[in-house]
Amino acid sequence: MDDLLQEFIAETRETLEALSGEIVAWEACPDDRERLDAIFRFVHTVKGSCGFLDLPRLARLSHAAEDVLAAVRSNERLPDTRLVNAVLAIVDRIGELVEAIDAGVPIEEDGEDELIAALEEGSALAIQAHSANAARSPTRSVRLNVDLLDRMMSGMSDMVLARNELARRLRDDGADPTVEAALERLSLTVAEMRDTVTRTRMQKIDALFSALPRMVRDTAAELGKSVALRVEGSDVELDREMIEMMRDPLVHIVRNAIDHGLELPAERRKLGKRESGRLTVSARQSGNQIIIEITDDGRGIDTDRLIAKIAAKGARSAEELAALSDKAKLALVFEPGVSTKDAVTAISGRGVGMDVVRANVEQIGGRIELSNTPGKGLRIAIHVPLTLSIIATIGVGVGDQRFAISRQAIEEIVRAGGDAIRVDMLGGTPAATVRDRRMPLVDLGGLLGLSGGRDSTMLVIVGVPGGSYALAVESVLDHEELVIKPAAPAVMATGVYAGQTLPDSGLPMLLLDCAGIATMAGLQFGGEVAVDEVAAEVVAPTVSALLFDDLDGERRLVPLTIIDRIEPVPVEAIRFSGGRLRLSVEGRIIPLAVQGEWDRRDMVSVLRLRDGDAEIGYAISDAIDIVTLPETVVPAREAGPVAGVVSIDGEQIELLDLHWLFATHGAELGAAAPPVCLIDGAESAWMTTFLKPVLEGAGYRVATGLKTGEAAAVVLTMSASGAPVQGNVPVVRLRRDRAVGGPADTSIYRYDRDGLLAALARSAGGR
Amino acid sequence: MSDLFLIAHIAGRAVAIDSRQVESVVDIGAVVPVPGADRQVRGLAALRSRVVTVIDTHAALGLPTPEIEATRAVITHVEGHHYAILVDSLEDVAPFELAPLSPGIVLDPGWRTTGCGIVERAGEPILAIDLRALVPGLTAIAA
Repeated sequence: MDDLLQEFIAETRETLEALSGEIVAWEACPDDRERLDAIFRFVHTVKGSCGFLDLPRLARLSHAAEDVLAAVRSNERLPDTRLVNAVLAIVDRIGELVEAIDAGVPIEEDGEDELIAALEEGSALAIQAHSANAARSPTRSVRLNVDLLDRMMSGMSDMVLARNELARRLRDDGADPTVEAALERLSLTVAEMRDTVTRTRMQKIDALFSALPRMVRDTAAELGKSVALRVEGSDVELDREMIEMMRDPLVHIVRNAIDHGLELPAERRKLGKRESGRLTVSARQSGNQIIIEITDDGRGIDTDRLIAKIAAKGARSAEELAALSDKAKLALVFEPGVSTKDAVTAISGRGVGMDVVRANVEQIGGRIELSNTPGKGLRIAIHVPLTLSIIATIGVGVGDQRFAISRQAIEEIVRAGGDAIRVDMLGGTPAATVRDRRMPLVDLGGLLGLSGGRDSTMLVIVGVPGGSYALAVESVLDHEELVIKPAAPAVMATGVYAGQTLPDSGLPMLLLDCAGIATMAGLQFGGEVAVDEVAAEVVAPTVSALLFDDLDGERRLVPLTIIDRIEPVPVEAIRFSGGRLRLSVEGRIIPLAVQGEWDRRDMVSVLRLRDGDAEIGYAISDAIDIVTLPETVVPAREAGPVAGVVSIDGEQIELLDLHWLFATHGAELGAAAPPVCLIDGAESAWMTTFLKPVLEGAGYRVATGLKTGEAAAVVLTMSASGAPVQGNVPVVRLRRDRAVGGPADTSIYRYDRDGLLAALARSAGGR
Repeated sequence: MSDLFLIAHIAGRAVAIDSRQVESVVDIGAVVPVPGADRQVRGLAALRSRVVTVIDTHAALGLPTPEIEATRAVITHVEGHHYAILVDSLEDVAPFELAPLSPGIVLDPGWRTTGCGIVERAGEPILAIDLRALVPGLTAIAA
């Protein structure tokens, strides 16, 4: 075919793929000038090329689209749904024609007139844009031939091996520094090349995601649902082969989500959800895997209906299914022929998809995980290994042989005999328990018939589709990145090996197939009745209390939550002053409650009891233990420090009455922050020295300056004049002399204690 | 029509191998066993930067394992994999004419699948063998 034509076809294809996402995005945001320009440029380019390539039909279509878009650009027309649909339909048609030209297949002309007519303003023809799928045949060849890439990749692997061998020989034979330096340079170059070649094999997952906006829009429209799609992680890279294999599963899952998962807008409104369903498709790299997640906030999977459907088919009974664990019930969705929608829709078909999806994913060495919240939504996570041929592995030793296990399959490595690890025999089958998780145990040496010199004490916990198990090996060695190649059929026939490799040691090594080992050992995952976790018993809330010996020889209890701390204090810190017992602690004075004699001792223990702001101390002799309070308390006859009596181990023990204690001893403490009395003006030093105790005794906090945000309740000053410091804060003036200055003098004589307090009370409003 | 044949000794007998099946002739080093595989698979060996599957010819022929382990092997490439077929010793490469097995001669069960004709060297008949038949696990060879 003509070179120019080839060029045109390839370019048009590329631009088309990028464009469909743009068009949908443009509809959502019609003011986006840039997007509009991009679409316009596309049709304009197509129109131009058609001219000199002599493609009249394409020319007609693109010309019509270009006119409409030009009108939108000059604001002569508004991009409403109908217009966008019509433009989309034209773009689709252009795509179909291009494919047909490439394949050398003729396409009928019908319908094109209508497509163009639909572009007219106010056109009665509303074109329903179809998601173009049938015409486009998936071609294996892209701009670059994949076989070439494969050869490059395998040649690269061989180069790595050859370099390793060279390094080994030089190491064994000894080499002079110049040779070693040259090897070093070679190694660096080889490593870099390997990375670059790996990257040619990789493609951004955007190749998979770019078709989603269009597909979601069309599917949602067809089903009458409203869907808001969010795509994340388009930059994540994946092996090109894998991307192609993920295409169908992803489409199926997304369609399922929109069809079965998300509810109709009216129903969503009733449920209190946003009318637009949220669908998030994301990709991220996690170690050696890529995780693709599809999350929706729809109704989730109704496991009861699933069970009903499967039981109705007869193979398994409803009781048997109901007895499965939640995880196993959820996994029923992968059974073939399951569809919880009664009417089979054209979109998701008969629901045979999920088992095929899982098979596809497992075929490339991946796995699917479901996370279901009925009524709230479903999250499907597809785990995919990063590349096929160069794999990070961990070496294990059994007997005198070494094997490699793919890092991706390994969940954990523990030592049997460590804490929280046990190995038991259930009948004749060994089982390992790792931190309360029970799983089958497979002895690798036993399975392979290798007699080990030592016991297999290292447990490698591997995950396979369906579950996990512990593989017992003798030793765990280094980790290495290895080039894995398929082994000879005779070797693969054993069922336990996934490939062979040549590590740095120079001795060939086999890569273990963990799933194959599980099968060989007779392990069965899924489809069995899993042991349900024992439901945690509902525990009634209990109150803990401290049992202590009081100073009067009695044993008493006090609830634990009220105790801030227990401290030994010297008896000197206790003083009877101001009418009651007080304790000096940390520069403050707190009231102290005591039952018994304390002055004959050197030290007492004090329980510092704290209730919000209030704190009091309770002196005791010794703390004994923390116990749980029984429910029955025999109440005391009269109010006092003892609330009642409880029975602990047959003994009758008094329980302190916290309410009484705080009410009696803590009464002095005010709850709210004390009002601020601001001392201002001249003589503030005198006022502070002489008046501060009086003021604090009356409940004020005395300050000579205010911090930001603080407001004074009253200002005390000795200045004869002077405007008040702040707007409407009352001012109490003091005068030096006893005699009143004049009839208008409202000042108080500074030594008139009662007068001062009364004036403060009046001004600050009732303290 | 004469082709080049490699004359080797296997299990005490002389055999002739079509040189087109022979990629190379080597001494193999350490062999790593493959637990669980058939007796015919001695194990894996490293050859330059490649892993080859070592075939125990005696086992493939249904004979008991010899006391002295052979280290010399003929490398052949079958269906994408490299195999090292162990031999006792190698003699010569020379052109011969391949004649079909004389009628009436029935080979031992072990040799039956691999024997595919006779070459004559100075009057001495030597059994020509097909290396493919010694490799286990392959798709069935057309008779």
